[in-house]
Amino acid sequence: MTDILIGVISTIGALAILFASIGILRMPDFYLRLSVTVKASTMGVGLFLTCAAIIFPDVSVTTKAIATVFFLVLTAPVGAHMIARTAYHKRIAMWKDTVMDEYENNIEEKDTEQKEQEH
Amino acid sequence: MTLATYLDYVILPILTISVILVFIRLYKGPEVVDRVVALDLLITIGIALITVYSIRSLEPIFLDVAMILALIAFLGTISFSFYLDKKK
Repeated sequence: MTDILIGVISTIGALAILFASIGILRMPDFYLRLSVTVKASTMGVGLFLTCAAIIFPDVSVTTKAIATVFFLVLTAPVGAHMIARTAYHKRIAMWKDTVMDEYENNIEEKDTEQKEQEH
Repeated sequence: MTLATYLDYVILPILTISVILVFIRLYKGPEVVDRVVALDLLITIGIALITVYSIRSLEPIFLDVAMILALIAFLGTISFSFYLDKKK
């Protein structure tokens, strides 16, 4: 019974990670790649660590697994946000069909402020 | 079919294919930020591989390594983005 449960959960996790890696290879621009990667890979690793928490009947292992999942869920969005901000500041090109860019105006204001401070 | 065979012949090959696909992006990546994201995903898949191996060999001690790798991945991404932001 436990084996079947672990088989199902780990299959879902492996497929999530496979989709993340297909996404990072096939998506047209950096921002879409980032958006696909972070969510799917966090879900996949979370499911694998759930498997580990189920199969080992030990409180220390369960705590370890929960701590790792908590840390990943906490840090993956922060890292993705930082690297996306860096990419935007470096003016990495967007996909040609991108509809909306709400951060554009903020950047221009910031640039003019910096120029005024330099003068 | 036992759980160990299933992990050996289905789950680990899927993860290996994922690592190969991410490596292609790490090699091609037109900008440096693409490579940073690919490296981050590579370490995340490494955590998953270590977890699967620890389940397969029934050795829960390997989960410590996975935890430390998660810490280092976050540190790497943050420092890359910090210094790339500073560079321009």
